[in-house]
Amino acid sequence: MGSSELKRSKDSVSDESARRSSFPDEVLERVLSLLKSHRDRSSVSLVCKDWYNAERWSRTHVFIGNCYSVTPEIVARRFPRIRSVTLKGKPRFSDFNLVPENWGADIHAWLVVFAAKYPFLEELRLKRMAISDESLEFLAISFPNFKALSLLSCDGFSTNGLAAIATHCKNLTELDIQENGIDDKGGSWLSCFPERFMSLEVLNFANLTSDINFDALEKLVGRCKSMRVLKLNRSVSLEQLQRLLVSAPQLAELGTGSFSQELTIREYEELESTLSICKNMHTLSGLWDAKGIYLPALYPACSHLTFLNLSYAALQSVELAKLLAHCPRLKRLWVLDTVEDKGLEAVGLNCPLLEELRVFPADPFDDEIVHGVTEAGFVAVSFGCPRLHYVLYFCRQMTNAAVATIVQNCPDFTHFRLCIMNPGQPDYLTNEPMDEAFGAVVKTCTKLQRLSVSGLLTDLTFEYIGRYAKNLETLSVAFAGRSDWGMQCVLGGCSKLRKLEIRDCPFGNAALLSGLEKYESMRSLWMSACNVTMNGCRLLAREMPRLNVEVMKEDGSDESQADKVYVYRSIAGPRRDAPPSVLTL
Amino acid sequence: MSTPLEHDYIGLAETSSMERSSEKLSSSSSSSIPSIEDKTSKTANDTCLNLKETELRLGLPGSQSPERKLSLFGQDLETNDKSNGFAGSSPLKNLVSGAKRGFSDAIDGSNGKWVFSMNGKSDVELAKGAALASPRVGLDSKTNSQQAKTSASVMKEVVGVPQSPKPVQDKNNLVPPVNDHAIAPASKAQVVGWPPIRSFRKNSMASNLAKNSDEGAGCLYVKVSMDGAPYLRKVDLKTYNNYMEFSSALEKMFSCFTIGQCNSSGLPARDGLSESRLMDLLHGSEYVLTYEDKDGDWMLVGDVPWEMFTDSCRRLRIMKGSEAIGLAPRAMEKCKNQN
Repeated sequence: MGSSELKRSKDSVSDESARRSSFPDEVLERVLSLLKSHRDRSSVSLVCKDWYNAERWSRTHVFIGNCYSVTPEIVARRFPRIRSVTLKGKPRFSDFNLVPENWGADIHAWLVVFAAKYPFLEELRLKRMAISDESLEFLAISFPNFKALSLLSCDGFSTNGLAAIATHCKNLTELDIQENGIDDKGGSWLSCFPERFMSLEVLNFANLTSDINFDALEKLVGRCKSMRVLKLNRSVSLEQLQRLLVSAPQLAELGTGSFSQELTIREYEELESTLSICKNMHTLSGLWDAKGIYLPALYPACSHLTFLNLSYAALQSVELAKLLAHCPRLKRLWVLDTVEDKGLEAVGLNCPLLEELRVFPADPFDDEIVHGVTEAGFVAVSFGCPRLHYVLYFCRQMTNAAVATIVQNCPDFTHFRLCIMNPGQPDYLTNEPMDEAFGAVVKTCTKLQRLSVSGLLTDLTFEYIGRYAKNLETLSVAFAGRSDWGMQCVLGGCSKLRKLEIRDCPFGNAALLSGLEKYESMRSLWMSACNVTMNGCRLLAREMPRLNVEVMKEDGSDESQADKVYVYRSIAGPRRDAPPSVLTL
Repeated sequence: MSTPLEHDYIGLAETSSMERSSEKLSSSSSSSIPSIEDKTSKTANDTCLNLKETELRLGLPGSQSPERKLSLFGQDLETNDKSNGFAGSSPLKNLVSGAKRGFSDAIDGSNGKWVFSMNGKSDVELAKGAALASPRVGLDSKTNSQQAKTSASVMKEVVGVPQSPKPVQDKNNLVPPVNDHAIAPASKAQVVGWPPIRSFRKNSMASNLAKNSDEGAGCLYVKVSMDGAPYLRKVDLKTYNNYMEFSSALEKMFSCFTIGQCNSSGLPARDGLSESRLMDLLHGSEYVLTYEDKDGDWMLVGDVPWEMFTDSCRRLRIMKGSEAIGLAPRAMEKCKNQN
């Protein structure tokens, strides 16, 4: 059901409600239970009281984009039948060390409420939350039906917590541990899965560094016949990988361990033939330390690949080209910039169906050695891949002309994240600001939802964004702009803006306060190392009581400066668990 | 193995921004200063003030971050003596005592005085266009604070015990072309959280990098970087048989970046770090030679037998001893306590 259909229904329902609707609640609930999108559900709940109730009773999954925007009690009161929760905590810049360590976003209070109100909770997906081993153990014990745990970019726990999950969650189908600040105390947690346990479908421990007990893993994989996602860590060797694959040829997603062991010819052939049986494989990742000579073993498994993640394999351009020749169906590709422009040319030549490209820097902090990708690589991809709509591109040089060409070739961008690694760097050929590049992006790509800008940028970039980026929801800005006017343009023009994160820009109080009414329609605003003062923040807090305005001060900084500001809407009121370094105004 | 929460590249533990600023005063870059406006300094000021509660930090060998009981290397030592090549029952003591010595200290009883010390003059003329960090004397206060702020190096870095730390790249000399409008910080490498890459990826890349030194049969090239030098060098470790040869080769290679002679004052024995030695460090800017081993840890050169060193060394960095100044008092205390 689309939102427009719902609106039409709204009219008819309000007519009928006067006559006592002949549409029984149970039927309505049944129909609404088919709605999956949380946005659609939000729309439905606004139609009328009956629909609000029907929606809340039929909802089984709740998505909370900011854990401080609401309390667990409020959630439990409104939605009595939740079985799956997705929660996001810290501001995104915490991934880059900009948020104090003890900032908050602790899951425990939520778990306590869930244990009381949702004893049949099955799934918990957390992003940027703090979670302790005690909380993991509490989770493991409190929810007998618990099935799926996914932790992305979380911190505060160790492998002991994982051991608790493995030990107690008898119905576990998914354990997905990604890119967390985890205290890896060893691999024994994996041996905690009971001997008869066989329900695991998704196992991702690629984040961990310790050796695991391979024997336990092999037996586990052998028992779990429904396993479709297996992502190993670096400690698993090629030979071990081969043995695992023998018992799991049905895998749809594989993350290899280290891809660089010395293999005999026979071992290599064994690996190759085992991989060739994996006909269901659509996602391949891992490939740590991949040696070019072993990559051909993958070729037979690549025919149906749609997602290839080579971002931990420092491949050269020729190696990549050869591999891509076997991946005609590729839709998503992540690589390191060691492949250089030549490698990206191969992408353009071999992957006409490509929709997403991410190029990560192998050596982001090394100034002296110039390598990596340039604007030429990106342009080459754009010529060969017209369906490209998601890009994350780290480079050391870019030109306005190149970006204009790129968006001309690929006008359907929804996510355009360009990171010119040297802050404030201009177009390297013309020495001009990169305003026209991003101007071209927003003018041409009308579906743009997410934009990250970089390079030397004046307020003109933001004028363009405010004027043209009407579907923009997330904007990330760093080392850019000239004056408050830039930020004001964005706040005034981007009607769908939900998340705005800014660092090291000359935007001050006037800019901050120009968004007074806007912030309530947004999830959050982050401003750090800008020109905002405490007084500006206090004013904002005073004027807008339904916003939480939090300032993180730094040691030794000016009393009046608001070093880091985080503003978000909330029906929970100011939070009570803030550490001393975070001031709630 | 413990992995800390957030990672950035290694810098130095900072005791206070003021101390940092005044230190930096003596080693700030020159040519980039005039064109950096207030905003830049403000930016860098912010970055240099991103402290303590924000990040975990790695100090130089022997240092202790102000808030933690164990230094990174302290932890290493306690859990994993062998791999770090520390012998002896009081590893911390060795670590501390070794921390501020010049490379020549590492060569037992040697006369190899491989220490670069700079006199008070500016080194601008040495590197065309690129400003070398150099001790400066007698700058007036206003410019000082600007410079101090803009050239303050960032110290955050974190490093998980076994993970791969990166050294602070004190790239005062690699200021990007700053025009009037740019709000660029003094140096890209000094900016916290930039480029925006998550910790796990950064660490994985760092250990990948460690494997990238050219290795062919019979040669073992590793990169050598020196703080303040405009470019790196590569050396083939296999062409040297011991630390002595190695040190004199490096001396020759990098002497063009320094003014004056190697310091030939008598250096104390390995076990103790004398008061006067520290004083030298506080006032001068001797260099400390460090290397990244195959686990990604940064170690002081000279502790392990030569063969073990060549086996595990992935790259080298000649670090300014003056960057350790903020840590020296603590090292001194530790030393006193141990002695």
